[in-house]
Amino acid sequence: MIQLAWLIPIFPALGALVNGLFGRTHIKDRAHLVAIGAVAASFLISCLVFISMATGTPATTITLYEWIAVANFKVNVAFLIDPLTAIMLMVVTGVGLLVHIYSSGYMHHDEGYWRFFTYLNLFMFSMLILILGDSYLLMFVGWEGVGLCSYLLIGFWYQKPSATRAGNKAFIVNRIGDAGFLLGIFTIFMTFGSVRYLDVFPKAGLATESVATAITLFLFIGAMGKSAQVPLYVWLPDAMEGPTPVSALIHAATMVTAGIYMVVRSNALFALAPFSLEVVAVVGAITAIFAASIGLVQTDIKRVLAYSTVSQLGYMFLACGVGAYLSGVFHLFTHAFFKGLLFLGSGSVIHALSGEQDMRKMGGLYDKIPITYKTFLIGTIAIAGIPPLAGFWSKDEILTSAFAGGHYLLWGVAVVTAFMTSFYMFRLLFLTFHGQSRVDHEVEHHIHESPSSMTVPLMILAGFSLLVGMLVGFPPESGWIHHFLSPILAKGGHEEGHPLSLGLELGLMALSTLVAVSGWALARQFYIKEPQLPKMIAERAHGVYTTLVNKYWVDEIYQAVIVRPLLWFSNFLWTFDQWVLDGLVNASGWITLLESRISEIFDIYIVDGTVNGVSATLDVGARGLRRLQTGAVQNYVLAMVTGIVVLAVVFMF
Amino acid sequence: MVPLEWYLLLAFALFVIGVTGVLIRRNIIMVLLSIELILNSANITFVAYSYYLQSIRGQVVVFFVLTMAAAEVALGLALVIALYRVRAVLNVDEMNLMRW
Repeated sequence: MIQLAWLIPIFPALGALVNGLFGRTHIKDRAHLVAIGAVAASFLISCLVFISMATGTPATTITLYEWIAVANFKVNVAFLIDPLTAIMLMVVTGVGLLVHIYSSGYMHHDEGYWRFFTYLNLFMFSMLILILGDSYLLMFVGWEGVGLCSYLLIGFWYQKPSATRAGNKAFIVNRIGDAGFLLGIFTIFMTFGSVRYLDVFPKAGLATESVATAITLFLFIGAMGKSAQVPLYVWLPDAMEGPTPVSALIHAATMVTAGIYMVVRSNALFALAPFSLEVVAVVGAITAIFAASIGLVQTDIKRVLAYSTVSQLGYMFLACGVGAYLSGVFHLFTHAFFKGLLFLGSGSVIHALSGEQDMRKMGGLYDKIPITYKTFLIGTIAIAGIPPLAGFWSKDEILTSAFAGGHYLLWGVAVVTAFMTSFYMFRLLFLTFHGQSRVDHEVEHHIHESPSSMTVPLMILAGFSLLVGMLVGFPPESGWIHHFLSPILAKGGHEEGHPLSLGLELGLMALSTLVAVSGWALARQFYIKEPQLPKMIAERAHGVYTTLVNKYWVDEIYQAVIVRPLLWFSNFLWTFDQWVLDGLVNASGWITLLESRISEIFDIYIVDGTVNGVSATLDVGARGLRRLQTGAVQNYVLAMVTGIVVLAVVFMF
Repeated sequence: MVPLEWYLLLAFALFVIGVTGVLIRRNIIMVLLSIELILNSANITFVAYSYYLQSIRGQVVVFFVLTMAAAEVALGLALVIALYRVRAVLNVDEMNLMRW
């Protein structure tokens, strides 16, 4: 059963190929059949693999072929199937399948229908390679692949300049992270002589603490880029330019979780570098609260969700940083469902409102698009962390782990962020669905519930958000998922056994719930009971409000401090290059001219001179010699006589 | 008896006179004449040796030489007459058409 795992990435690859080659001409608007079929096949096999792992199959490596064999550097294309992979497979193929189905409805009228599915399948392929790979190099291949697909899909509506710019931004910022990742891979190879997980992790002790710190920091830089942490998060909000299914799949459930996956995978290395763990936790916490603060005041529905994603990713890194890797994975798992749900739901709203994304122009939709509303509500409650929905279990675990590990400051930050999360999510819900309808008159006429291709995935995801937390993560720290995943943790690298008393744990749980509920209550106050409050507060705290609305001017700062100088510098280099190039070309032309001059002179004086010289010699010689020919016989006779006399003299002596 | 050397000396003297004549004379007839003189000096040498070596061979050669000399003179004079008809001069110095 598990041996079939190699097929999992093949189906989407084939799907991408078929749609890519024949989509425009032959398949056109049946492209979804190919794509959905491919992902469904992958999902089926992933389920089989998962069941196999869950019923006790040990971690297996499936080698496909030998890829690189240079001196002592050997890398094969091989897949490692272990519990972590199994969970990731379920998330990626499951949510992927739902998004594919959703897209067949959402993108129905789009010109590039077939292109969309091609890219989507290509993305699935890359992501699957990323999580299936048995070595850092193979992970990197997938890593780059998803980066590419992200670029392609963000800039899908390429006629929009803002979309292409966003695509560029995503790819370039990602690349910065990738540089770190590559350095990490190099250092790993230098230290361990291999990049395979099963070669590196058992021998993790080979690395000294400083080397391990270097490796893990490099890897984390990569994770910061891919998973949108501070300071490399700036591409994610702009990535909302892409179609909503893209945001749901890539920027909520799968691609951005690649960084978490990488950190969890490398937990054996992180165990040796406590400093790096601290960095991870702090960066995660800072990102969480920073992004949440921006999300409080955004007006575009997808932007709020984007910042929310950045914030939740921060939570996951916080978990890893305090050693609670499994909690991080658990949160990744639940987050995929409810964030995917929220994004797809927002897509449904946008679809209903004929493209409107500004929440200030929404309102009063709850009875007009009931399925969307109800599923969205479930998603909101889940993300806010209100029990017994999924988000509560995973988020609470993280908070508890932070507290138990003694990281009180981080815990405090996380609690405040949880409050903000609840607040801005309910704000979003209320502004969009409740209150007075502020919808444009034109748009109001066309409001309609989405087709079933869109609502069914919503309902499925809502079901998961309701139940999955309890099903797999209860009781906290010792739920089914924890037991399932524990083999992937290195000895001594995992979360400390919790010396927390049951009372304290329950108390913390109660606190989380209280925080979430108060977020809801405050949002209700602001946006339902007294809608004039937000404006008043915004005016009173004008400075703070402006800073938040302008996202702390981070984009502007980056533009001024990094982008502009770089552009200037590259322009300068180009000009200089031109000078040098032009100079060289002109110089070579000039030298050729000079050389031809010299050749000319040479030719005239020497070559011609020689020829002329020869003839001149002959001329002079002949001129002299012909005087012998006097024509007078007597002269000739004289010559003869002289000769005879000479001969006679010689002969006699 | 007359010593052989005297005859040889005579022949040599004639020879020198003859050569000198060929080199110096301006009149072409006189040049031809000098050539005859040279030939005859050779004849004297042949005869002298024939007598002093008691062999008839020398005299036989003289026959041949004389005959050849006669023929040659005939030919030479014929050429001179042909040349005279064209140029009307007998001055050797002016017969230099083969000059450069």
